[in-house]
Amino acid sequence: MIEIDLELCTSCGKCVKVCPVDAIEIEDEKAVLKGECISCGVCVSACPEDAIEPVIQTEEVGDLSQYDGVWVFAEQESGELKPTGPQLLGKGRELAEELGEELCAVLIGNDIKDVTEELGAYGAEKVYVVDDEIFENYSTEAYTTAITSLISEYKPSILLYGATHLGRDLAPSVAGRMGLGLTADCTDLSIEEVEGRKVLLQTRPAFGGNVMADIVCPNSRPQMATVRPHVMSPIEPDEDRKFEVIEEEVKVKKDAISTEVIEVLKPERKGEMSIEEADVVVCGGRGVGTSEEDFELLRELADVLDGTVGCSRPIVEEDIMPKSRQVGQSGKTISPKLYIVCGVSGAIQHKVGIKDSDYIIAVNKDPEAAIFDVADFGIVGDLEEVVPLMIEKLEKSKEN
Amino acid sequence: MRFVVLVKQVPDTTEVEVDEETGTIIREGVPSTLNAFDEFALNIAVDIKEESDKDIEVIALSMGPPQAEEALNKCLAIGADRAILLTDKNFAGADTWATAVTLSRALKKIGKTDLIFAGQEASDGNTAQVGPEVAAHRGLPQVTYVSEIEDLDPEEGYLVCKKETDEGHVRIKSEIPAVLACMPDPGFEPKIPNVREIMKAKKKPKEQWNYEDLDGEEDDYGLEGSESVVIETYSPPPKGEGIKVEEEPEKSVNELVKFLDEEGLL
Repeated sequence: MIEIDLELCTSCGKCVKVCPVDAIEIEDEKAVLKGECISCGVCVSACPEDAIEPVIQTEEVGDLSQYDGVWVFAEQESGELKPTGPQLLGKGRELAEELGEELCAVLIGNDIKDVTEELGAYGAEKVYVVDDEIFENYSTEAYTTAITSLISEYKPSILLYGATHLGRDLAPSVAGRMGLGLTADCTDLSIEEVEGRKVLLQTRPAFGGNVMADIVCPNSRPQMATVRPHVMSPIEPDEDRKFEVIEEEVKVKKDAISTEVIEVLKPERKGEMSIEEADVVVCGGRGVGTSEEDFELLRELADVLDGTVGCSRPIVEEDIMPKSRQVGQSGKTISPKLYIVCGVSGAIQHKVGIKDSDYIIAVNKDPEAAIFDVADFGIVGDLEEVVPLMIEKLEKSKEN
Repeated sequence: MRFVVLVKQVPDTTEVEVDEETGTIIREGVPSTLNAFDEFALNIAVDIKEESDKDIEVIALSMGPPQAEEALNKCLAIGADRAILLTDKNFAGADTWATAVTLSRALKKIGKTDLIFAGQEASDGNTAQVGPEVAAHRGLPQVTYVSEIEDLDPEEGYLVCKKETDEGHVRIKSEIPAVLACMPDPGFEPKIPNVREIMKAKKKPKEQWNYEDLDGEEDDYGLEGSESVVIETYSPPPKGEGIKVEEEPEKSVNELVKFLDEEGLL
């Protein structure tokens, strides 16, 4: 909701122009809230007189039983489905079965009809699609408005997002606008009965993984969580699975968007997976070398395993790899199935970023390197000898 | 112009332990510090102030127990002009939602602000939610994962900043006022205040605001006002001892391939 200070209002009409649901009208030379406000906040930033104040929603939602359905926000980029959507659908299915509710996916973008098929194959019973030019590129404001509109209309009981940069930007924006509880970066989800009600039990690490916490959102719906990529597994896709597509029109006006990407910097190698998305990450540190060529060998190893390459902090400082490839506390926290770490000593900041990986394999010439403390399998040896052998032998085992 | 930087005092380590009997985090004997990403955000704000020919007021705003004043003292020494600590027993136990409500109401009381800075996340909770929730409460645009502000044009009402995305980096233009959640590139060296700056900081205005200074009801704040509830905290299950081989490379790699195969990873 919003509050309009009529003393300050000059009836310029900017708020009327930007409101996505046409809820504001000019009456007797003042802006007046007429229709149902979806708390999107675009009028607040549009008002040149600072006459509009958001009213924070602090009331309870009322009857919780009207909220039904397990929803998953499925990220896509340029019509390509990101892996977090199928992963969340895998977990969402368990939750939906336990609750006896429907499993649905939410898909937002431009010209994304093909992606709905994939979501159906991964187990979504319904796919809510918001398809419009305005959603071509991600913007917090447009996507938040789309999601808040869907929530207001269909009232799901659970909504999950991937804990990617995008998910961690979008989910708290939705939570903030709608007054919802949100648990960040969960590593496990289950259904638990609390005070006679089935609620979502959200498990997450804090203090860089040294403490685990179980969290519930008892009084707000939907219960929202961002979930760390890779922790959940998708089901085997089945293209014959039946599902329903629900196309939703959400109007977001161009003037209502305050941010714009004006340049993409230092783009990644084409087609290279991000380190958060990949099942296998091969990471190199100072021990690998100081030039891009030195990392070619690691890239080869990653290719054999259908993975991608990451690096430790010094490698980014030396400008050998971009920041987006940096693993660790000041870079990215990742949890791949297999993490192969070469020539990294294993400072605490690095270990914090990888401790939830399923398997950690370390190669280092120093037998005392701290990285071995967290490794499931460690090889003490020279990278220049060990890595080529790994490539050779893994390729061979792949052929067999 | 006015900048407000949202800061948090955090334990000076992530190596904390859970008291197995009470299930709470042991805080005794753990020193506190200013959250590193918040310090970075403050450094950006102070740098802009120092390089600008305009009059800019930088306010450091924090919610926390009375001892969080130490973190604010550091902010004043780094270059903030004024510090406000939101402290009240009613604020205790807040989740990100209730924290954002408290900060947003304080921001409303502070009045017209051109930029609100926050650290991308705090090193204790690691949620990254307070910045965006404040943006939503204040009805302002947000940019997260900001590593640099390249251009700020208050006359035209916009800024250009560098932001990290899942794919790499982008340059993004945003209208102002806005909320920026900031995270440094590696190699960032925070400004270390000298003795003169520390002495000068002692004379800068410091305020404490409590529940009565803000709008709303008692149950909007703290544990009562929270939407999410922690029902249990515990230490993560310990990881088993790993295997370490120190053999001829050929033999080591053979053993590794065998291990990967046995674990079903190939």
